[in-house]
Amino acid sequence: MATARRNQVRRPTTAKRRASRSPLLEARAAAPLALRNGTAEAGERLGVRKTYKLFIGGEFPRTESGRSYLVHDATGRLLANACRGTRKDIRDAVRAARKVQPEWAARSAFNRSQILYRIAELTEGRRDQFVAEVRAAEGVGLQRARRLVDAAIDRWVWYAGWADKFPQILGNVNPVAGSYFNFSIPEPTGVVGIVAAEDSSLLGLVSRLAPVIVSGNAAVVLTSESRPLPAITLAEVLATSDVPGGVVNVITGLRRELVPHLAAHMDVNALDGFGLEPASVAAVEDAATENVKRFARPPNGGLTGYDWLSEQAQSPYLIGEFLEIKTVWHPIGV
Amino acid sequence: MALTRKPETKPAAASWGMAARKIPWEYAAAPESTDHVRIESEYGLFIDNAFRSSRPKATFDVINPATEEVLARVARASKADVNRAVSAARRAHDTVWSRMPGSERAKYLYRIARIMQERAREFAVVETMNSGKPIKESRDVDVPLAAAHFFYYAGWADKLEYAFPNRRPSSLGVAAQVIPWNFPLLMLAWKIAPALACGNTVVLKPASTTPLTAYLFADVVRQAELPPGVVNIITGPGEIGMELVRHPEVDKVAFTGSTAVGKLIARAVAGTHKKVTLELGGKAANIVFDDAPIDQAIEGIINGIYFNQGEVCCAGSRLFVQESVYEPLLDKLKDRLSTLRVGDPLDKNTDVGAINSAGQLAKIAELVEAGIAEGAEIFQPDCELPTRGFFFRPTLFTGVSQSHRIAQEEIFGPVLSVLTFRTPEEAVEKANNTPYGLSAGVWTEKGSRIFKMVGAMKAGVVWANTFNRFDPTSPFGGYKESGYGREGGLHGLAAYLRLDGAA
Repeated sequence: MATARRNQVRRPTTAKRRASRSPLLEARAAAPLALRNGTAEAGERLGVRKTYKLFIGGEFPRTESGRSYLVHDATGRLLANACRGTRKDIRDAVRAARKVQPEWAARSAFNRSQILYRIAELTEGRRDQFVAEVRAAEGVGLQRARRLVDAAIDRWVWYAGWADKFPQILGNVNPVAGSYFNFSIPEPTGVVGIVAAEDSSLLGLVSRLAPVIVSGNAAVVLTSESRPLPAITLAEVLATSDVPGGVVNVITGLRRELVPHLAAHMDVNALDGFGLEPASVAAVEDAATENVKRFARPPNGGLTGYDWLSEQAQSPYLIGEFLEIKTVWHPIGV
Repeated sequence: MALTRKPETKPAAASWGMAARKIPWEYAAAPESTDHVRIESEYGLFIDNAFRSSRPKATFDVINPATEEVLARVARASKADVNRAVSAARRAHDTVWSRMPGSERAKYLYRIARIMQERAREFAVVETMNSGKPIKESRDVDVPLAAAHFFYYAGWADKLEYAFPNRRPSSLGVAAQVIPWNFPLLMLAWKIAPALACGNTVVLKPASTTPLTAYLFADVVRQAELPPGVVNIITGPGEIGMELVRHPEVDKVAFTGSTAVGKLIARAVAGTHKKVTLELGGKAANIVFDDAPIDQAIEGIINGIYFNQGEVCCAGSRLFVQESVYEPLLDKLKDRLSTLRVGDPLDKNTDVGAINSAGQLAKIAELVEAGIAEGAEIFQPDCELPTRGFFFRPTLFTGVSQSHRIAQEEIFGPVLSVLTFRTPEEAVEKANNTPYGLSAGVWTEKGSRIFKMVGAMKAGVVWANTFNRFDPTSPFGGYKESGYGREGGLHGLAAYLRLDGAA
């Protein structure tokens, strides 16, 4: 968690200092973008760089603010200029999520299952790219990065399988004392905001996103602030996996600017605060009360030492945290 | 107040939409006897299985809303009393209750259920005297259901491992439970039964106007010989409930009441470890299609909104009628409304009893005035109201639009707003157009339409061709601003257990 705190607190400050000390362009020139390799001087082909944008409603717009912030790798080398999303971007994302959510929920469980499986397939196809990005973002070795990416892929497969099974585990027929047929069925709660883990750039995000959307919710994700790039690449996978546009929306930027607005948004039904710093939970949960949001807290003591690779990081009960139970009564007669 | 008390003169009656609809026959009085019931003149706080004065000693009066007579004085808890009660509960949880085999906890709960059944009539009479609800409802609904809740959850106490596959459930600790005045004993049962079954101990705060059956229940706890501190009951105003909820030794908060207070409670526990369930307000849509069984629907509509004087969070307060059957249905509805017996809650023929408090009566009257002022057309049957007590005529509004306050705000009284629709899509759109999402009703003979509507309703309970049915096995709770978590059934267990331990 020490790392996470540094990332969250120091990085933006550093970025701000740089911006004020010298022209931003100068700072950028001094630090070649690590993931955008290739140099003409060495006689190599000049690489085509990628602009990391937001993912809203199935499209990749820049932030409406036009602002960006610096993203570094674990050694401090500059990786990219990421979008510094705003309240307006969140509003657009919530609108896109709300619009498509009923259609997503109305898909058959079998169909959602196949689409989640498709996400796994396409992530697998970009495995090397994810490994490189996770290495750069998290500063882990190749073997570790491979384990994290593989676990993320397997997690999609695991949740894909739950799509048409969790209602059988979490729903019931209730033997009421009377001449009624009575059953309880789980339904998606609607639009869910997700504050992704700060440290675990891909696996942490997938571990919280998959259980939210598998049931038919739509999600607005705030990525890791200091390690946002793998999430954007994940968005590229989602955009080509038959996930309807708007089911997952991905916003990068500064948490202090974004989290309060997502928490207070009146058209968001639930907020997954699992990735929040413990010190910020009270204020965020408080902001979430205005429309009685369902709120998932981080574990006691935060995510320090949390093992995203373990079995406890995946559970059908996690799907249940973002469900409503609907109970239906009907008389029995002739 | 004038709205409810003054016998209307003829011209006024016409302006209130009172047709010449009077019950064509008379009922003889059929009062339930109260001589077998003993209400103490004063009740102390129930802590560690003993009734104790509050410190410093303070009391407040509890009245019968049907007569405005004082029934008893009850202790007004202080912050120090909250501490005492929570400490008692903590000690009982840590040393006795959570360590006891589930099979033993089960037998205590079965004892409670049995004693409640044995003393059912006593409970029903006291409930009616204190809440104003008709005796036929407390006798046939509240009390039997309350006992059934204990019976149902008793059976879970030693079977919790079977409820949640791949988990080893454990108790949370001390549960702070704050309940409303509309179903005082039933809400107590909804709260206490699952909490105890799961190994938690409780501090319960009943509503300040309706504590008497809770203190009667305290006597049941003693008869059942529960270990001291497992069930603690304290009384006082809302601030005391907040103190209880905020107490750092509390591990679980369960609240039933208004959405406004629910939000305050959610804020009070923000950032803590406390697990929360909220069962809040509602503005249920009751949707009648043109192919509905009309006579059954009429009964369902009446039961949906006039049951317990409409002081029901899941009341069917917005009636949506398909345009093609609007007129015949409304005519029948007005006829049926005019046969409701309003009056002495202890009379076995009474359908609509007393409103729980002067404050609630004023709130209902205010919203009804707003309905008239906003242009809706009011209909009230021409029935006599008792001269004392808090009574309100069952009321029906037509010509209501979506934006009217009576279509948006929870009235919590016997007031029905009637709206119309043409297509199922329009009905869904209008029904879901509210921040609430507790319950809904659908009336149609077409099975496939029922399932379509059931799926589209943003509501935690949907009654199809029935309304206001409750059962211990059946989960209850809301979508959106009607709260979160479920009470009843298997889902009701999850609210009182820690499930993070893998099996």
